[in-house]
Amino acid sequence: MAGDKEQALRELVDEALAARVLRRALATGGEFAELFVEDRRGCLVSLDDGRIEQLSSGHERGAGIRVVAGATTGFAHTADLSVGGLLAAAEAASAAARSTSAGARVAALARHVMGEPEVEVLPSDVGKGAKVELLRRADEAARFANGSVRQVGATYRESRRQVLVANSEGVFTADDQVRVRLGITVTASGDSGMQTGSESVGGTAGFELFGRHDPEQLARAAAERAARKLRARPAPTGTMPVVIRCGSGGVLFHEACGHGLEADHVAKDFSVFAGKAGQQVASPLVTLVDDATMGGEWGALGIDDEGHPAARNVLVEDGVLTGYMWDWLRAAHATRAKGDVGVSPLGRLFAGSRLAEGRLPSNGRRQSYQHLPMVRMTNTFLLPGEEDPDEIVRQTPFGLYVAQLGGGQVNTATGDFVFGITEAYMIENGELTHPVRDANLIGNGLKVLQDIDVVGSDFAMGWPGTCGKQGQGVPVGTGQPTLRVRALTVGGTAGEARTPAGGLSWGGQAR
Amino acid sequence: MGALGDGRDRASEAPRAARPQAAPTRSKGGPLSELLELATRVAGWARPGEEVEAYVSRGTETQVKAYQGEVESISSATSAGVGIRVVTAGRQGFAYTGSLQLRDVEDALGQARDNAAFATPEAWVGLPSPDGLAPAPLDLWREDLARLPMAKKVEAALRLERETRSRDRRVRKVESATWFDEAREMALASSLGMQSEERATACGLSVAAVAGEGAESQVGSGYTVGRSPGELVAERASGDAVTRAVRLLGARKPPSARLPVIFEPRVAATFFSLVASALSGQRVLKGVSLFAGRLGEAVASPRLTLYDDPTDPAAWGASAFDDEGLVCRRNVLIGAGVLEQFLYDTASARRAGAKPTASAVRGGYGSPPGVGFFAVCALPGDKSPEEVLAQVGTGLYVQSVSGTHSGVNLVSGDFSVGAEGLMVRRGELAEPVREVTIASSIQRMLQEVVAVGNDLERLPSRAAGLSLAISEMSMSGA
Repeated sequence: MAGDKEQALRELVDEALAARVLRRALATGGEFAELFVEDRRGCLVSLDDGRIEQLSSGHERGAGIRVVAGATTGFAHTADLSVGGLLAAAEAASAAARSTSAGARVAALARHVMGEPEVEVLPSDVGKGAKVELLRRADEAARFANGSVRQVGATYRESRRQVLVANSEGVFTADDQVRVRLGITVTASGDSGMQTGSESVGGTAGFELFGRHDPEQLARAAAERAARKLRARPAPTGTMPVVIRCGSGGVLFHEACGHGLEADHVAKDFSVFAGKAGQQVASPLVTLVDDATMGGEWGALGIDDEGHPAARNVLVEDGVLTGYMWDWLRAAHATRAKGDVGVSPLGRLFAGSRLAEGRLPSNGRRQSYQHLPMVRMTNTFLLPGEEDPDEIVRQTPFGLYVAQLGGGQVNTATGDFVFGITEAYMIENGELTHPVRDANLIGNGLKVLQDIDVVGSDFAMGWPGTCGKQGQGVPVGTGQPTLRVRALTVGGTAGEARTPAGGLSWGGQAR
Repeated sequence: MGALGDGRDRASEAPRAARPQAAPTRSKGGPLSELLELATRVAGWARPGEEVEAYVSRGTETQVKAYQGEVESISSATSAGVGIRVVTAGRQGFAYTGSLQLRDVEDALGQARDNAAFATPEAWVGLPSPDGLAPAPLDLWREDLARLPMAKKVEAALRLERETRSRDRRVRKVESATWFDEAREMALASSLGMQSEERATACGLSVAAVAGEGAESQVGSGYTVGRSPGELVAERASGDAVTRAVRLLGARKPPSARLPVIFEPRVAATFFSLVASALSGQRVLKGVSLFAGRLGEAVASPRLTLYDDPTDPAAWGASAFDDEGLVCRRNVLIGAGVLEQFLYDTASARRAGAKPTASAVRGGYGSPPGVGFFAVCALPGDKSPEEVLAQVGTGLYVQSVSGTHSGVNLVSGDFSVGAEGLMVRRGELAEPVREVTIASSIQRMLQEVVAVGNDLERLPSRAAGLSLAISEMSMSGA
């Protein structure tokens, strides 16, 4: 789809034009200006109940310009990539961030363009018929997987995002990000009503992804999951040990810990992790990493949306908070405050963090050219430990085994979170017993990090996710080994759970 | 082609009916007619045997954020685009472009045609024809907002931040204080003769306050919204944010219990939105709604009447036309506890053999229309919020819920969501609680409504709220 007739972005906006736009942006003052140009094409095919219900495709292209003057950021965007359009947007951004001091000089732009995307088969080179066929295969496999299957829904999405970033510090770089994703939802029905099961796969990759991940196998897994839920009992209510299967619950650490490690939340003292760098914040078994360089993963990037090379950042190492995630703005402010660590409020919040080691911020991302960048995660995961995953269950006399966690939400100021559970089993006397449904996990991010008491030697990345922050969605990956949290609150719809010693009670199951 | 001609004749009446009301707010030769002209032009490109619809929208937005006495950011932007649907022999294709340039729009039409070729043909798939109804005389555009200088917006955000900080000594800081405004215009035309256009302004102030004592912090948010700057009450935004943050200080996890629950208006609105989503005729047709097959049954307490009324000019989601260009109407969903109707867009109404409800909504020019709602609202009861508390006596007052996107099953109706709020004792708000979940099912919750407040609160969302008391839910705590 990214047709040959379209000019590459860097032909459309070359160094000379970028420098001219940046100079105009700084003409009335300001210490930093940035030009972000984006060309995005997407395609979606959805199947529902055996019918190809929707095919849609779209194209958007534009530029966002920002000017930073002191504490103020001015931002304007335009869909008009002509010289006139870009200069007008530069003027609008500079008017918003008008400052009394003279503007910074624009450094010579040094071209550093990332190579072609590491994609074997560009989705745009694959006919729409092949995408329809992918969904048909999934549909058929799910229908035949289990007699209780009633409905199958499947959605294929692809996107190609070409970006170019130039800034007054001399950055001039571009990236080409191709992603594909397949999601399947199966509804099964039985005596207990209807239940759904889902599966999803995605990557910063081309159509070859579906050679590695068989759509039929995914569909059967979703169907089995729905069928198992038909037999599930309502989940109990109460605080208990919770074992989370590898690759199924990384989203918990993304939400409950990752967001609190974003420097924008920290800078506003809006994070339970503010001022805690160098301190033991988690169980010594915990090492948490954000890594945009994981080739092919859903949250992988060549450069972030501020033009800085993708990086691997260790956030928590053996339980000690070692670093935060940064974007340009927060790094600039913190660097300035660094001179008086322990004196200025900002210096205190970031005391002990690794910022000043000459590293560039690498977590500045944005949904599109219409949005200001901010600190975002990429692929965030917990590193594996040493325990045999099966042994973790065997060592648990009573608790909940989470085989797939759903979406969740966190209050970054308090760290309190809530997550839905889409597949879970009771653990009784060290064995998985019956499936349970309709439950939430509720807890606190700092506490859950401290309460991790066993970490498995396995590891898997989870489903492709979209992280929402202040109204902007970006693709993120999550992952984790099998692990156990000593105590978490399970909010089910059945009565209060008691340990086997006290006699297991399921309370009001009837609806 | 004959049918096409018929459609156009009828279409020429609908916009005529709209014009007298719209005229006072429209400047001659203004931007509206430009968008409608583009939409009509695209509709005119339909080939024989093909239905073509163009939805054109353009919006301008400003946002000013204040932080610690300074302007943190100012963004201003205009975006525009066209979404095109093509239906050929029961097959629908969709494509969009983030541009109003003819070349890009032609490309999108070509893509939409190509996409249609791969869809499964169905008899009910197709665009609506004009139905001759007169649109509600809505006037949603305020010229004074368009004329408001940036300096005033900056001043409003800075003042809000300052006032929120100084309201209570326990307020540690303001996470962000934001001014926002937008002006949206849209036009729709189809080869079946639909023609509609609409424009609206909106603005608001929102603030999140962080209150603290010792090591503890709690956050509360407040806002005020309107169509014009004069409608905003900044004190309300700062007051709500501070009250909601401060009253949670000292919150603890209470023991698990089954108890009555009172939703404050924002929480009730969240649940009304979920109920309205489950009432989508599309969901019902697909068998994934807890309300399937229950039309005419008493699904709720007789105290509850729930409706979707886009024709109410006071509603945030007010709209004269739905996103397929049909004239919006007031739809009663649940009348005194009885399930009266589902919501439909054109295709789902045809498939169900039901009366259209003009409930097609889009997420912007980049997505095709689907079934949704505009302005869901419950009929207010006769009790003040204090009387609702007094009636309940002992229970949980829920100030906010979280995890509704994963914790609510619209097929089975079961839900379990995170909550924070205050205990109610002797009919009054008592100690704060956090880290709890509340669980029930939508079916039980609707039947167990024991009081409906008279405190209707308009929210910046597609649902309004009021105080709502439910006789029992299970609260999971320590």
